[in-house]
Amino acid sequence: MNKPLRRVAVFCGLLVLALLVRVNYVQFVQADQLSNDKNNRRVAINQYAQPRGDIIVDGKAITGHTTTTGSDFKYKRTYTDGPMWAPVTGFASQAFGTTMLEGVEDKFLTGNDDRLFFNRTIDLLTGKEKKGGNVVTTLNAKAQKAAYDGLGNKKGAVAAIDPRTGAILALASTPSYDPGSFAGNSVKDSKNWVALDKKNDADDPTLNRALRQTYPPGSTFKLVTAAAALESGKYTDINAKTDSPDPYMLPNTRTPLVNEGHIPCKDASLKQALQYSCNSVFGKIGADLGQQTMLDEAEKFGFNDEQFVPVRAAASNFDKKMSPDQVAQSSIGQFDTAATPLQMAMVASAIANNGVLMKPYEVDKLVAPNLSTIAQTSPSELSKPLSPENAQKLQSMMENVVDKGTGTNAKIPGVRVGGKTGTAQHGVGNDKAPYAWFVSYAMTDQGSPVAVAVVVEDGSANRDDISGGGLAAPIAKKVMEAVLNNH
Amino acid sequence: MSASNTTTITSIGAPNRRNTELALLVFAVAIPVFAYANTGLAKNGSVPAGLLGYGLGLGLLAGIAHLLVRKFAPYSDPLMLPIATLLNGLGLVLIWRLDQEPVLGAAMAPKQLMWSTLGVALFVCVLVFLKDHRILQRYTYISMFVALVLLVLPVFFPAVYGARIWVTLPGIGSLQPAEFAKIIITVFFAGYLMVKRDALALASRRFMGLYLPRGRDLGPILAIWAMSLLILVFETDLGTSLLFFGLFVIMLYVATERTSWIVFGLLLSAAGAVAVGSSEPHVKVRVQDWLHPLALHNGGVTETAQSMYAFGSGGLFGSGLGQGYSRLIGGIAPKSDYILATVGEELGLAGLMAILLLYALLVERGMRTALAARDPFGKLLAVGLSGAFALQVFVVAGGVTGLIPLTGMTMPFLAQGGSSVIANWALVAILLRISDTARRPAPSPAPSPDAEATQVVRSQ
Repeated sequence: MNKPLRRVAVFCGLLVLALLVRVNYVQFVQADQLSNDKNNRRVAINQYAQPRGDIIVDGKAITGHTTTTGSDFKYKRTYTDGPMWAPVTGFASQAFGTTMLEGVEDKFLTGNDDRLFFNRTIDLLTGKEKKGGNVVTTLNAKAQKAAYDGLGNKKGAVAAIDPRTGAILALASTPSYDPGSFAGNSVKDSKNWVALDKKNDADDPTLNRALRQTYPPGSTFKLVTAAAALESGKYTDINAKTDSPDPYMLPNTRTPLVNEGHIPCKDASLKQALQYSCNSVFGKIGADLGQQTMLDEAEKFGFNDEQFVPVRAAASNFDKKMSPDQVAQSSIGQFDTAATPLQMAMVASAIANNGVLMKPYEVDKLVAPNLSTIAQTSPSELSKPLSPENAQKLQSMMENVVDKGTGTNAKIPGVRVGGKTGTAQHGVGNDKAPYAWFVSYAMTDQGSPVAVAVVVEDGSANRDDISGGGLAAPIAKKVMEAVLNNH
Repeated sequence: MSASNTTTITSIGAPNRRNTELALLVFAVAIPVFAYANTGLAKNGSVPAGLLGYGLGLGLLAGIAHLLVRKFAPYSDPLMLPIATLLNGLGLVLIWRLDQEPVLGAAMAPKQLMWSTLGVALFVCVLVFLKDHRILQRYTYISMFVALVLLVLPVFFPAVYGARIWVTLPGIGSLQPAEFAKIIITVFFAGYLMVKRDALALASRRFMGLYLPRGRDLGPILAIWAMSLLILVFETDLGTSLLFFGLFVIMLYVATERTSWIVFGLLLSAAGAVAVGSSEPHVKVRVQDWLHPLALHNGGVTETAQSMYAFGSGGLFGSGLGQGYSRLIGGIAPKSDYILATVGEELGLAGLMAILLLYALLVERGMRTALAARDPFGKLLAVGLSGAFALQVFVVAGGVTGLIPLTGMTMPFLAQGGSSVIANWALVAILLRISDTARRPAPSPAPSPDAEATQVVRSQ
C-alpha cells in the first residue's frame, strides 16, 4: 500500500503548493493593483488617516482639516473661501475622491509620496504622527479675488499668468461650488454632492471652466492670425495698407465675410484692422497664409495640446484639415476653433513676453512637513511663437486697441496695457447669446507681470451689450490692477 | 553464514522524541503569547490585561497534553501536538484581535478558548481510552450509520448564511456535525476498504489501458457519490461534499492501488460539480463571485472582493497585527470563513505562507504516520484523516484566496467555531495514537532456549 500512499502524500503536497502559488500571486503580483483598487476602502482610510497637508497661496493655507468621528475616517478636509479657490484646489472628499491639485498632488498631501519616504521613516523612528506635505502654489490671492468678484453672478472664467515665468496667478470659474460642503461622508455630504451634479444643476458648478472648458475664441484669435502674418514675412509694416476687400468673399463660396457695424475695414492696415476687429482683413490673411501656416502658428501657442500645470488643462482646438473658406473662418476664431481661457492667456503672455511662451504652472514647490523643499518648479520655455521684433509690433497693435479701439474699458492710468476683445457667436444659426472675451496684458519697466484672459458666457444679459469690451474687459482690468498693486 | 549473525531489533536505540516535542511546545505557546501582546500594543497601546492568564492557560493546556502523551503515547509523532497548539493559539489571538473591532459584534475569543479547552480534553480522552486504534475497526458499520445520521441531520434545521450545515440546539448553541462526521466516516471507509480491497482491486476488466471495476463493485463508490451530491443539493454545502467524495477516492486508491479509481472519481466529481454548479442558485452565486471577485453586487463591494482587498493590501509583510482593516469584510465572516484574510493582511504573504506550511507539515506528518503504520487499517485510517485534513485546508484556503469557488467550511484550529476545533483535536489524537503504535519498537523476541543448540544441517 505504500506506493499509492506516497503518491497521495505528493498530491497533498501539490495542493498546498497550489495554495502557496495562489497567495504569492494575490499578495505579490496583484498586491499593488488590489491595494489601490478604487473600491478598496483602505485607500480612502489611509488618505484621511493623518492631517492632510495644505495648499498654500501667498504664504497662507487656503485649506485646513478637522477631525471627524463616527466613521473610518479620522480627518476631514476644510477650505477657506472654498468657492473662490475651487478651480485651483479641486476637492478632497472622503466619499467622492479627489480632483485638481487635491487629486494630482494627493500622494504628497497625504504624505504617502515616495519623496517623503525619508521624512516618514524619521517620523516613525521618533514616534511622531505621520503628516502630509504642503503644496505651495504660484497663485496671487488678490488677483484671484479680483477675478472671482469680477465674475460675480455671471457665468464665466478667468485665467491669469505671469508672462515672464508662466506662473499662474489666477484661475477663477463661476458659478462655483464649495468643496468643503461634501468633504465628509455623511448623508448631508452626499446630498450636497448630488445637488451639484450636472443632471441636477444645469450650470455645472464643478466644471473648471478656466482649464477644462473650451469656447470659440472669436476675435481674440485674431492675435494668433496677426502673429502668423508677421512671422510669415509677408506683412512687415503694421501700418501698411493690406489688400482686403470689404466684404470679403470666402474662397470658393458665395458667402461674404462681413464686419460688425460700419467700420473702416477696406484695405485696412494690420494695426487698424485689430483696432476695429475687422473680420474681412484677418479672414483673408488666414486664407492667404493657408491652412498649414495657421496651424503651425496656433500649435506654437499651445493649441491642440493638453497642458499639465500639473493639473490637466483641456486641449484647445484648431482643425488640422480644412478648406480655404473654413481656414478663413477659423482665423477669426470661428468654425471649429476653440480655446480654454488658459490658452488665450498663454497667447497674450507669449506676445507680452517678447515672443517667448513660458510653460504655465501653478505649483511653485512641494514642501515636506519639516518645511524642507522637496521639489521646486523652475520656469521653462514652451516655444517661441514670435520673434522679439514681431512681438513688439503686435504689442503696439494691442496697446492701440486699448488706447482707442474696442478695449478702452481696460485702460489703467500710467501703465501700458495691450488687449483684444472678442465676441464669439455660437449655437445653431448663432441663436445663443455670444461669449464675451477679453485677453490682455499689462507692461511695466521690468517686463510684463500679468497676462489675463476673461470669458463671460452670460445668456441673461442684453445681446447688444455682450461684447468683450463691455463685460469682460473691466474684469481683466481689475485682475491686472491687483497684480500691479502687489508689486 | 554463521549462526551468530542473527540480528534483533533492540528498544534501546529508538528515541521517542518526547523532549523534542516539549521544546517545540515552548515555542508553540510563546509565539501566540507574543502575538497577543503585539496585538494589544498595536490596538490599545498597552499589553492586554489577560496576557498572563492567556499565556498560563495555553501553557497549561499544552503541558497537560504533553504529559499525557508522554504517559499514554510515548512513541507518537513529536510534531503534531506543537503544530496543533500553535495554530490553535494563533487562532485565539486572531479572534481576540477581531473582537477589538466593535462593528464585528460580540466577543468570541472567550468562547473559543472554552471550545479549545474542550478540544484538548477530547484529545486527552482519546489518548487515554483508545489504547489501540485497531479497536475502531470493530465499529465499522456503526460508524457508517452514525456518520450518515450526522450528515443528514442539518437538513432538518434552518439554513444559516445560505448553507444547511448547522444543527441548532436551543440554549446550547449550534453544531457543525460534518466536522465530526469527517472522522467517523473515515473510520468506516478504512474498515470497509480493508475488507473489500482485494475484491475491488483484482476483479476488474481492462479497457483502454485502464482497469475498470466490475459493476457490482461500483456500487459503494456510486453510493458515496450520490450521497455527496445529495449533501450538495439539500445542504447547499459544496465544501463538505467535495471533502467526502475526495476522501473516499483517496482511500479507495490507496486500498486498491488502482489508478482507474482516481480517473473515475475525478470524472464523477467533475460531472456532479458542473451539474449542481449550473442549477443550484446558491452555488451559482459562489461560482460567479469566484470568476469575478471584484465585481460589485447591487453597487456594493462583496465579501469576496473585501477579502481580496485584504490580501492585496497586506503585501509581502503585512500591516502588523491589529493594524489591518479586515473588519471591512463585515459580520461574522472575518472570524470564521475569512480568518485567513486577516492573516494575509496583518501578517502578510510571509505570515500566510508560514501558516500554510504549518498545515502542510501537519498533513505530511500524518502521511508519514500512514507510511510507518504496520497494519492496513491503521494505514488507511491515517491516510484518510490526514487526507481529509489536507482537502479541508485546500478547500477553505483555496476558496478564500480565490483559487476555487468559496465554500462554507472553516479553517481547522484557526477559525472561530466549536465543532471544528473539538473535532480536529480528536483527529490529531487518533493520528498520534496510530503513530505511537507505528513507531513503537517491536517487542524483542522472546529468547529461544534452543537457538544455539539447533544445528543447520546442509544436505548436498
